[in-house]
Amino acid sequence: MVLPALLFFVAFGVIPLLGVLGLSFTTWDGIGAIHPSGLTSWRETLKDPALPHALWVTFLIMALSWAFQTPMSLLLGVFLAGRQKYRAALAVVYFVPLLLSSAAIAITYKALLDPNFGLSSGLGIGFLAQDWLGRGRLAIGVLIFIVSWQYIPFHSLIYQAGVRQIPTSMYEAAQLDGAGRIRQFFSITLPQLKYTIITSSTLMVVGSLTFFDLIWVLTAGGPADATRVLAVQMYIKGFQGNQMGPASAIAVILVLVGLGLALLLRRIGGDARESQMEGA
Amino acid sequence: MATTLTPDTDEATAPHRVHTGGPRNLRQWNWPGGLAGWLWFGIVIIPIYWIVITSFKTSANYFDANPLKPPTDLTFENYKLVIQEHFIRYFVNSLVVTLGAVVPAVLASFMAAYAIVRGRGRFLWSCNALFLAGLAIPLQATIIPIYLIIIRLKLYDTLLAIILPSIAFAIPLSVLVLSNFIRDVPNELFESMRVDGANEWKTLWNLAFPLSRPALVTVTIYNGLIIWNGFLLPLVLTQSPERRTLPLALAAFQGQYTVNVPAVLASVVLTTLPILTLYVVGRRQLLSGLTAGFGK
Repeated sequence: MVLPALLFFVAFGVIPLLGVLGLSFTTWDGIGAIHPSGLTSWRETLKDPALPHALWVTFLIMALSWAFQTPMSLLLGVFLAGRQKYRAALAVVYFVPLLLSSAAIAITYKALLDPNFGLSSGLGIGFLAQDWLGRGRLAIGVLIFIVSWQYIPFHSLIYQAGVRQIPTSMYEAAQLDGAGRIRQFFSITLPQLKYTIITSSTLMVVGSLTFFDLIWVLTAGGPADATRVLAVQMYIKGFQGNQMGPASAIAVILVLVGLGLALLLRRIGGDARESQMEGA
Repeated sequence: MATTLTPDTDEATAPHRVHTGGPRNLRQWNWPGGLAGWLWFGIVIIPIYWIVITSFKTSANYFDANPLKPPTDLTFENYKLVIQEHFIRYFVNSLVVTLGAVVPAVLASFMAAYAIVRGRGRFLWSCNALFLAGLAIPLQATIIPIYLIIIRLKLYDTLLAIILPSIAFAIPLSVLVLSNFIRDVPNELFESMRVDGANEWKTLWNLAFPLSRPALVTVTIYNGLIIWNGFLLPLVLTQSPERRTLPLALAAFQGQYTVNVPAVLASVVLTTLPILTLYVVGRRQLLSGLTAGFGK
């Protein structure tokens, strides 16, 4: 009974994963015959200055979007953990961006930020009327904002669940000891959420490697190559430059980076889990 | 990861449950939280509000007035244009791809989950380990070989080309969620079926399937949303305009009507409407479906 699922998964999941490693040792233009070519594709990929640039942009977007999303999700998670009705009603609205396709979100923001026709220029507020997507630094900032717009609700849901699990008695005890609310947040809420923070961070960090749809529709990696992350670089190389060999090598690097990050965070997460169990 | 978090999410999405704990007094005058909460509400609602009102504006009205003011001359022309641009066809394509992928994916995952939970042996154990590892495979990294396979199968530029890989990538998480659920079914129920002389196949469909309904709904919705919004597979595996799914059609439409912002936004509203309707009708199931993705 396991066979249908196994068959599908092997055919379109496992084989492609092994296949991409295989293809990285070949030369293929995407249409004609595939020629084994040893390390040619790898040599070309590793020598190409576009690779360190793509890695840099990938990590920059990963780090900035993590640094922006985490405090905001934490704050909103604590806020949403309250049982007040209006908070539940606000939450209903928060989740709407999660339902939209990345393509729809990218198109909306493209129109919204258009320097000639968009909301940002139409309001007539000086600094809002900029060519948001036309300048490299700004485009990265915009991208991080949009990613946050899309995913912060999801992460605050994780934090909400985490906060609701903290036993009330801990706060009561802290209050008896005379700890103020800020003290309570830093001495109880934050340490108790350690494992939740690791989970959410893992999802953010590893998930950021797969931003493709949004970037592709929003900037196509531009302006110039300012937002060309690994996934976009791979697509451009393979499906626009017809160099499937080097593109496959980039895909392998993408997998390795993801795997490395996941293992690293799991390691930190394992420690966090232990200390949390001790605390409970 | 997913197993430890599933109960929390249930609670988070089912506020009617008995309050088991949590620092209520912490939030009574939590002004940074309150500030963030209302600020975020504004950040989310302003673009959405702007999309909706602008989609009903004429171009002239759009360029003249304050962009946040409701339309002075309400028009449906933008929607008419979107529909004339074959959005019905793209809608049908998306529907075919989503149903065509989700139904087999969920059924196959369910059978696999049942086999993994009920069965024993090295083979099933390895299958489970393989599916778990599969959670970590990013679709982007496998797209080139998928493209190659689809060409070799002579399926390039068909809807089936999108459906087949979509099924594969829906399986790992579905198996995980469903097997966690089936594991909680009391063993006595399976025993009584066996005593009644039912074979595994019958037990699967007559007992486990109806009992697993909540989990089945969850994975169906989650996968449905992912596939409905999917962009990379249609982008790489199809070519002709007749095969476009909605996200791809949106991108093409935007490229064609860049200056006509109200029409572009009408296309966004129109393609989002089905999901939004679903959200209004079944918010709880949808949210628990979304958070089932925790393990990813």
